[in-house]
Amino acid sequence: MHPAFSVILFTVASGIGYGMLMLLALFLPAGLVPTDRLFGAVALGLALAFIGGGLMSSTAHLGRPERAWRAFSQWRSSWLSREGVLAMLSLLAVALLALVWPILAAPVPCIDATVAIAGLLSAATVAATAMIYRSLKPIARWHNGWTVPCYLAISLASGGLWLGFVGAAIGDTDPLPHPVVPVLILVAAIVKALYWRHTDGHKPTTTIGTATGLGALGQVRPLDPPHTAANYIMKEMGFRIARKHAAKLRRIAGGLGVLAPLLLTLAGWVVPPLGPPAALLAAPVATLGVLVERWLFFAEAKHVAMLYYKADAA
Amino acid sequence: MTSLPTPGAVRLGLVIDLDICVGCHACAVNCKEWNTGGIAGPLTDYRPYEAEPDGVWFNRVHSYEVGDGPAGQTVHFPRSCLHCDNAECVTVCPTGASLKRVEDGIVLINEDICIGCKLCSWACPYGAREFDEDVGVMRKCTLCVDRIYDEARPEAERVPACVSTCPASARHFGDLGDPDSDVSRMVAERDGMALMPELGYRPTNRYLPPRAKGGGCSSPAASPALEPVMPEGTGFLGWLDRLLSA
Repeated sequence: MHPAFSVILFTVASGIGYGMLMLLALFLPAGLVPTDRLFGAVALGLALAFIGGGLMSSTAHLGRPERAWRAFSQWRSSWLSREGVLAMLSLLAVALLALVWPILAAPVPCIDATVAIAGLLSAATVAATAMIYRSLKPIARWHNGWTVPCYLAISLASGGLWLGFVGAAIGDTDPLPHPVVPVLILVAAIVKALYWRHTDGHKPTTTIGTATGLGALGQVRPLDPPHTAANYIMKEMGFRIARKHAAKLRRIAGGLGVLAPLLLTLAGWVVPPLGPPAALLAAPVATLGVLVERWLFFAEAKHVAMLYYKADAA
Repeated sequence: MTSLPTPGAVRLGLVIDLDICVGCHACAVNCKEWNTGGIAGPLTDYRPYEAEPDGVWFNRVHSYEVGDGPAGQTVHFPRSCLHCDNAECVTVCPTGASLKRVEDGIVLINEDICIGCKLCSWACPYGAREFDEDVGVMRKCTLCVDRIYDEARPEAERVPACVSTCPASARHFGDLGDPDSDVSRMVAERDGMALMPELGYRPTNRYLPPRAKGGGCSSPAASPALEPVMPEGTGFLGWLDRLLSA
């Protein structure tokens, strides 16, 4: 599939913002992250910037962005519509959280209830984003049980790293309990590795034989294409550039997204003065890795419609 | 509403005979011609007079080689929207622009509310939807909904443009929901095929497979020599033949 940069940026950026909120919902009521207004203001401001920027980037993918509001109407059947509705609701919840926590410093139960709602809506939004891809039967690399866990795990790990970034930026030490971020990174790495293991081993049931119905008559080979230049289907579904570098790009994604933040976090533990600069570096470096991972998520995905053009295309 | 309706009794669609199709592309060309001026038009062309012309088409004709050796054959394969019963291009649409009609099962796009997110084209395994970069909306086969109900036309002409133009009569239009219709009988007699049945989209359109070709092709050496059309050695031409053969 063609990796549209606007969509890659959207899924990565909103994943970071929602991951930060999921972690705040888990650890703020227990008092395991700083509860002061400065930390709240910077963390929520950054999360809002990631979510808002991501949503704006996603509209750049549309042919008619001025009609984007119409996408809220079909939540009964469409995961894209559900994602839109959930994204708006969670944005509202984050704004409310910003009001009760850093702005008004409301009573603790009020903050706890709001952050719980914001966290739940965030998790639901990330899951809905993943379900858009998970629900597409023509694309085997997406239509499997590992897609949703990957999105959630990567969102949580990136959220943890960026909360660490916020902590370092305002002079706090690691805002999350020590083992949380490395554990989240390892979980994300394992889930993604299992996704790759599953999707690499997938044996397609749909072939050029079932696509044309001619399989029973013998081997089917494309002879003449219907058109001389690449059309929309070939450009959108038949993207091939990254595939030949897939193994190398996976190693780059692993190095930037897993190895580098793990080593930086460990360095901060061993040599405490290195903690803040390491946290400030780890988050953006890991996000570069996630961008490569998301690029591969699209570029490696094959669509069965390409079988009409090339026998081994899906 | 993009939730799919309970399928109605009428399921209009096409039956394409792969035994007869000669791969002339007339159906694709007439489709383009009709629909560029019809309700779904214009069907935009990009760089039409340059080296890499591209554009929106609802119908594309592929050609395949099938089988090997004497059993091998060339099969021409027109590909367009199959107007599926379980049309996931409709259910994924976030705006309601993609729809399946209850009254005849035709899958259409309301391009006035399409936001051009392209998700429907990702959900279609048949590659039947093409995005119009100029207008910013998705486009697809309408089964010539603006022809088939046009009462100003003689009844025989109320068929999709691709069907009306096929010089080999390889394309047939009718109600596949009615088991007694001509198209349904054709499908029953010839074991009409649904494409990619394993994906569960339950397409309406059917393809009739090429008929079995008895015995393969015989080698030229085995054929008996043709009788001379004119007896040799008589008249002026015979004299000329003997003269030139000498």
